Amino acid sequence: MADKLHFNLVSPERELASEEVDQVDVPGAEGMFGVLAKHSPMMTNLKPGVVTIRNGGDSRRIFVRGGFAEVTPAGLTILAEEAVPVKELDAAAITQRIKNCEQDLADKDSTEATRERAQAELSELKELQAAL
Amino acid sequence: MPSLKAYKNRISSVKSTQKITRAKQMVAAAKLRRAEEAAKASRPYTERMEAVLANLAKAAKDAPNAPTLLRGTGEDKTHLLIVATADKGLCGAFNSSIVRLARERIVKLQGEGKKVKIVTVGRKGNDQLKRLYGELIVWKMDFVDVRQIGFQQAHEIAERVLSMFEAGEFDVATLFFGKFKSVISQIPTAQQIIPAIAPEGLETPDLKGAVYDYEPDEGEILKALLPRYVAVQIFRALLENVASEQAASMTAMDNATRNAGDMIDKLTLQYNRARQAQITKELIEIISGAEAL
Repeated sequence: MADKLHFNLVSPERELASEEVDQVDVPGAEGMFGVLAKHSPMMTNLKPGVVTIRNGGDSRRIFVRGGFAEVTPAGLTILAEEAVPVKELDAAAITQRIKNCEQDLADKDSTEATRERAQAELSELKELQAAL
Repeated sequence: MPSLKAYKNRISSVKSTQKITRAKQMVAAAKLRRAEEAAKASRPYTERMEAVLANLAKAAKDAPNAPTLLRGTGEDKTHLLIVATADKGLCGAFNSSIVRLARERIVKLQGEGKKVKIVTVGRKGNDQLKRLYGELIVWKMDFVDVRQIGFQQAHEIAERVLSMFEAGEFDVATLFFGKFKSVISQIPTAQQIIPAIAPEGLETPDLKGAVYDYEPDEGEILKALLPRYVAVQIFRALLENVASEQAASMTAMDNATRNAGDMIDKLTLQYNRARQAQITKELIEIISGAEAL
């Protein structure tokens, strides 16, 4: 059996994972990348997306938003501003939020700032929906 | 001398006050446990964030294009004081001691001819500061209708502070909060958050000769990391504040309950004495009445 990778996933409110795993796929700012044990040290920003943790035959998926991934010889650490296991996401709620955003965008009265925010949220939500 | 009835009334009113303080003490103890847990849960994130920042900052600090959040604006004219207090009273000197620390800083800065701006987080701090420095308060925030403070709130504050910084409205930001040391000791603390001070003395991971790969590059990462670091520091301060507030409230209410107990004892003694005196007086009246016959 190959070496295991020590993996930590923490958000400001809790620690979601701290374990030995085979491989973790991370949505980096410049594309998805997989991390195995003995990966060379690196640091990257994260894009909103899904982190996939593979261990043996199992895989777990966690949605993360805003943060960093750091690979050191000691293992992989992901600092995410928001992290939710995909299982806990609510498809109906997301669809509703997408609708709200689209309304904000379509509304002629909304200001430039709200529109910008809605646009950003919308692309994030689309990402979320795709993950489901 | 007050009548027996008056004593009875006072005893029962002190008793009901004691009931309230005792209940409040127990509520504070329960909330303190929750607050401590929340603070503990946030610790791994903060620690790792500090490690990452220390690692990056070492490389980037001396670079001429280092972000202003790290380097500062190069000036020291306008100070922003973020004063975080509780929304509720009944917690001893907790709020006042934070406000006092902030006030001393304001006096000192104004004495040096610097401009001061204040942001208050929490209602009590705002109430106390607006009397003296009402015109310095730029905006305020409270969590009266927030049940549990989450990262969301810290993020909101950080965003407003950062947008002020970007607009050049201040040079240095300092955060005031009650540091939670133990249940009986909370220390009002001032912590500079902008320009960010990279934590020192942290071990950077041993790379065994390998070199970090940065994606997209160090500058970009630092630019994204620093605002988050500000938010994280605010978040930690808020959590510590909640824990400190509950601890202070618990101690204060414990004292109040004890004082009420002492007072009840004293009043009961006086009541008994008065009752005895009245009985004696009645007896004398009866006896002297009988003798007169």
